[in-house]
Amino acid sequence: MQLSVKDGAAGLSARTLADLRDNEEAMLDHIELPSDFALRLMELGFLPGHAVAAAHTAPGGDPRVFRVDGGEIALRRETARHIFLRKH
Amino acid sequence: MSDCHDCGIAKTAPALGVVPPPKATVQRLVAIVGPPNSGKSTLFNRLTGLRQKVANFPGVTVEHHLGKAHLPGHHDVDLIDLPGVYSLQPRSEDERVTFDVLNGKKAGLRAPDAVVVVLDSTNLSRHLPLVASILSLRLPTFVVLNMADDLRQRGGSVDVESLANELGVPVALISANTGEGVSSVLRFLTGGIAIPKPVELPVLNDLPACRQWARRVSDESGYNRPAPPVWTRRLDGIFLHPVWGPLVFLLVVGAVFQTIFTGARPLMEAVQAGIGNSGQWLRGVMPDNVLRSLLIDGIWSGVGAVIVFLPQILLLFLFIAVLEDSGYLARAALIADRTMARAGLQGKSFIPLLSAYACAVPAIMATRTIESKRDRIATILVAPFMTCSARLPVYTLIIAAFVPDKPFIGPFVYTRAAAMMGLYVLGFAAAVFTARVLKSSILKSERTPFVLEMPAYRMPTWNSIGLRLLDRTKAFLKRAGTVILGVSVILWVLCSVPMVDGHAPPIEQSLAGTLGRTIEPLIKPLGFNWKIGIGLITSLAAREVIVGTLGTIYGMEPDRDAAGLQAALHRDLTFGGALALLVFFAFSMQCMSTLAVVRRETGGWKWPAIQFTYMGVMAYICSFVVNRIWG
Ligand SMILES: Nc1nc2c(ncn2[C@@H]2O[C@H](COP(=O)(O)OP(=O)(O)OP(=O)(O)O)[C@@H](O)[C@H]2O)c(=O)[nH]1
Ligand SMILES: [Mg+2]
Repeated sequence: MQLSVKDGAAGLSARTLADLRDNEEAMLDHIELPSDFALRLMELGFLPGHAVAAAHTAPGGDPRVFRVDGGEIALRRETARHIFLRKH
Repeated sequence: MSDCHDCGIAKTAPALGVVPPPKATVQRLVAIVGPPNSGKSTLFNRLTGLRQKVANFPGVTVEHHLGKAHLPGHHDVDLIDLPGVYSLQPRSEDERVTFDVLNGKKAGLRAPDAVVVVLDSTNLSRHLPLVASILSLRLPTFVVLNMADDLRQRGGSVDVESLANELGVPVALISANTGEGVSSVLRFLTGGIAIPKPVELPVLNDLPACRQWARRVSDESGYNRPAPPVWTRRLDGIFLHPVWGPLVFLLVVGAVFQTIFTGARPLMEAVQAGIGNSGQWLRGVMPDNVLRSLLIDGIWSGVGAVIVFLPQILLLFLFIAVLEDSGYLARAALIADRTMARAGLQGKSFIPLLSAYACAVPAIMATRTIESKRDRIATILVAPFMTCSARLPVYTLIIAAFVPDKPFIGPFVYTRAAAMMGLYVLGFAAAVFTARVLKSSILKSERTPFVLEMPAYRMPTWNSIGLRLLDRTKAFLKRAGTVILGVSVILWVLCSVPMVDGHAPPIEQSLAGTLGRTIEPLIKPLGFNWKIGIGLITSLAAREVIVGTLGTIYGMEPDRDAAGLQAALHRDLTFGGALALLVFFAFSMQCMSTLAVVRRETGGWKWPAIQFTYMGVMAYICSFVVNRIWG
């Protein structure tokens, strides 16, 4: 949660991909990353309203594989924590 | 086929600088486009009969390749295999190639007349937005849904007719691997090509809208998503397990080195016996003259000394092929990301570095998939530290001569295999260390993000592995028949002049000997004598040439015995000198092909010059230190 604090008041309650537990599924909300990189992530399926699930991690806990839109994409935690999830 | 020096440069250089004839008479040029790892090269190979590299990870093809599809009763069609793209907005060098070719901006190549889009049918909705961008090019288009076998097996389905209706272009469900449905692609290539029927396309730079469109199209065409790949998840449960993962990895690596050392031995001995016996036979039937000396002392012992290592190199390539075809390579990159991050790089750099275990030339090409320019240069600069297969003969020879074979780690891994493993680790450590130095100085940049798609695991097929090994064998023999043969002949001449009474002089007094002794003072501090010195010079052509050179030099000596090269080396080198020689080969840049490809990929001589210098300096200093300590 210390990540949210850094993101200011708006982010306080917002969960990110980095907070997902093993096999937990959630809905994507938005990405806060440089637009070029955010676009690449969107091309890979990280789009608002899409379901995403956390899968295996590399030994050591980072990076992690995420299941999104029928594919498996590996991201680092430092990226995952800029990808925000919808509240239930 | 791209696993070798020869192809890296000769074949991949814009082989088709053919300027197209006037439009009316030209052959049709059809581009194969699609997302990474969807089977474009597999289809290209099937249609053209060529053997472009196919492997199970994204980013295998990094430049355009041309080929001809022979269509019975019809004009040939030129096909272009392209690097995979997720969209038509290029972010890396390989994606730029596709972008340029499609837009007719590639030098020496006109814009394609038609496009075959290859999609992975098991993941349709994700890849449909790419189709929208390609349709907006308004070229005759054929959409191929590949991996029909996989789709069916996992219980998915799609209605090809309605999808064709939705997209306004013909669609076919095929399997490039098995050949199912490929005839429909042939029909498209021969048939009257129609401009796509206008259909409603989404606003291309509005990704969510594109995605909505894709979802609607795949729903309308009754696309039934296949079940998730169960086996992939199960296997990842093991390979990415915090405990089992690394353990399995270490076990496999240990087994690989042990097999390369022990498993290859019977075959190598058989090859050696074959070469030795045929040499003896030739010596018997030929009259004692200069020609016999050239053939047997020069060529047979020079080229033969290198050919002996073919079985070993093939074994190494077998393992690399299994690694690449199964899909494990992408997992290895995932696991390596942390280490690479410490060196200032990212996991994607690990893929070229791993393929540098085969050869640095394709590895340097493979860096095109790295988005950040500085990361890419850093990866190019350190790739030659990775133990390429040309070092294998050198290492094997020296290790076999100086390391006794005893059980080392349990009864499985022996000392020689362990020594070999140590050298591979040394090369990797040097690469990581240098990358770190570069990335914290001249190539400093912000941390670049790591994003990598994990392919589903696939069973490597005997067919594809067999073909790879066959291609490798051809490339190896070609090298033996050109570079190594050439050097052997030149060396034989240098060893034979000046003639004394119509015979070759004692080798010390030959031209080669004089040359070697001239540079001896320079290499003496490293523990090398003048014979090794000659080997170091000739190995500038290619590393394994030193083995052939030593074969020739010792072949010219009158007192050589049956034990051959190893025994001779053992006589001539101290243990410290042998270690120093290993270290020298681990670090120094003795490969013209690599320098040439670095120049091409970095666009100038600056980086290859820097690379050659620092690798040479590092090799010299480290060998010196090693020889001092153990000499
Ligand atoms: N099951 C199945 N596998 C296939 C089929 N076609 C290709 N493959 C496999 O898919 C993987 C990728 O094939 P490639 O031909 O290298 O794919 P590509 O699109 O050229 O990939 P990049 O060059 O990386 O963009 C390989 O492991 C192929 O063996 C198919 O029809 N069925
Ligand atoms: Mg390809």
